[in-house]
Amino acid sequence: MSKIKTYEEINQKLKQGKAVVLTAEEVSQLAKHASPAEIVEKVDVVTTATFGAMCSSGALINFGHPSPPIRMEKIRLNGVPCYEGLAAVDGYIGATACDPDTPAYGGAHVIQDLLEGKEVVLEAWGKGTDCYPRKHIYTSIHINTINEFTLFNPRNAYQNYNVAVNTTKRMIHTYMGTLLPNMRNATYSTSGELSPLLNDPELRTIGIGTRIFLCGAQGFVVWNGTQFNTSRPKNKFGVPVTNAATIAVMGNLKEMSPEYLQAVYYEKYGVSMFVGIGIPIPVLDEDLARRVSIANSQIETSVLDYGTEGMPKLDQVTYEQLQSGYIRVKGNKIRTAPVSSLAKARKIAQELKVQLQNGQFEISKPIQLFPKNTSLKPLKETEAENG
Amino acid sequence: MVKKRYILNFPPESGDKPLSYHLVRDYDIRINILKAEVYPGKRGSLLLELQGKKENIEKGVKYLTDQHVVCEPLEKRIHFEEKKCIDCGNCTAVCFAGALTMNRETWKLEFDKSKCVVCELCIPACPLHLFEIDFK
Ligand code: SF4
Ligand code: SF4
Repeated sequence: MSKIKTYEEINQKLKQGKAVVLTAEEVSQLAKHASPAEIVEKVDVVTTATFGAMCSSGALINFGHPSPPIRMEKIRLNGVPCYEGLAAVDGYIGATACDPDTPAYGGAHVIQDLLEGKEVVLEAWGKGTDCYPRKHIYTSIHINTINEFTLFNPRNAYQNYNVAVNTTKRMIHTYMGTLLPNMRNATYSTSGELSPLLNDPELRTIGIGTRIFLCGAQGFVVWNGTQFNTSRPKNKFGVPVTNAATIAVMGNLKEMSPEYLQAVYYEKYGVSMFVGIGIPIPVLDEDLARRVSIANSQIETSVLDYGTEGMPKLDQVTYEQLQSGYIRVKGNKIRTAPVSSLAKARKIAQELKVQLQNGQFEISKPIQLFPKNTSLKPLKETEAENG
Repeated sequence: MVKKRYILNFPPESGDKPLSYHLVRDYDIRINILKAEVYPGKRGSLLLELQGKKENIEKGVKYLTDQHVVCEPLEKRIHFEEKKCIDCGNCTAVCFAGALTMNRETWKLEFDKSKCVVCELCIPACPLHLFEIDFK
């Protein structure tokens, strides 16, 4: 019988400081000369991480009630629109929100400013009701003056992502960076063998309730992410060859660090936010040992043409090739560049490792696993109304 | 022999003088023009690579300065807020001169300013807007 460990056993070892924790890169190295059976024996937890732009992110804020009270029906934070269709003083500031007149400063910047302890101007309007008579407020808020400040990201940490190239004759500006004409460059975005969802491709340990490292704090996976797709083709090593599963995450922004959250602005695209996520994967059995051992040479992804409508797939490459600096696409040698930070992802994996080793981070078994057999529907347009 | 890149800014009145001729003949400097732009009012900017003996290059630069041409080492005109860099790699995607590269061991950004050709593509490509290049 091959060895099987439980979450309780591993947590016990973590508390006693006896657990063996490796980063996903370290375990991939180890796997070159150790079998999955040996890895289950030797290793208890593997840390994975990513630090990349994740547009589907934002923060829930409760501003507190002013006196006299107002039902905030339109909210601006440093001029950036904040979603107000909630209770009187609750708002959700989306990372990509912006005032079209000042497109380089958006919701992500507001979140970062608050996180860094800067004052942010709050302006809100209401129609005035019997219980909320006030019609306007103009004041400033600070991380310490607001009540809840919760990061809630509906879609993060994509399991794999495409490589972007541009076959057209003009330069294009995308969330995958600047793509030069005639396939003069290629950009890719995941941290490869360190990437969280690629190390547990069947999502056996990542589900609702999984405790994670979220921008420096302990947060949680709260749901599957939007566009969660388990029907993508997988390669012979069991990983999807294009963007597939995703996670929705939540955590207390007041405990986070600006070191792991960064607002960005892509020219001619818009605002986004780099989010730092680390996920510990317990090595419960041989199957998981084999999964976390996956190496860049075994992870493949699709090369898509971002310049052509429908983004046709041109080729398939490995992360080993991507990280070497060049790939071959249909016979052309193309220079590659990452657009997410592997250096920072490594730092997160290392920090999470230390927290686990010090008994400061307890691993948690998902309360519920994610749905199986999901796929995506496109938006089908109904016939336009006359007139 | 040394090689060094300079950004030159010409005032309108210098337009007619054979400056490069003097650099080549009087100071034995080899010149490589990497970028040249002319602005309204006959002002112009050049990115030059000067190759020659160190003391000759210094003399050549002094000669240009005496002719009212602003002549500054390229490095001085490139401003990079390195401390804020998150090593995302976006700028390396557009830098064909090989000035901006990722270290393949540490995956940190490396910037060799001496290779820059002032294409200025990194300026909009950096999502944190950490580059400024003073060419005009
Ligand atoms: S301007 Fe920027 S992108 Fe262009 S060569 Fe210089 S460093 Fe590279
Ligand atoms: S694009 Fe900007 S933040 Fe990213 S590596 Fe280059 S300089 Fe650093």
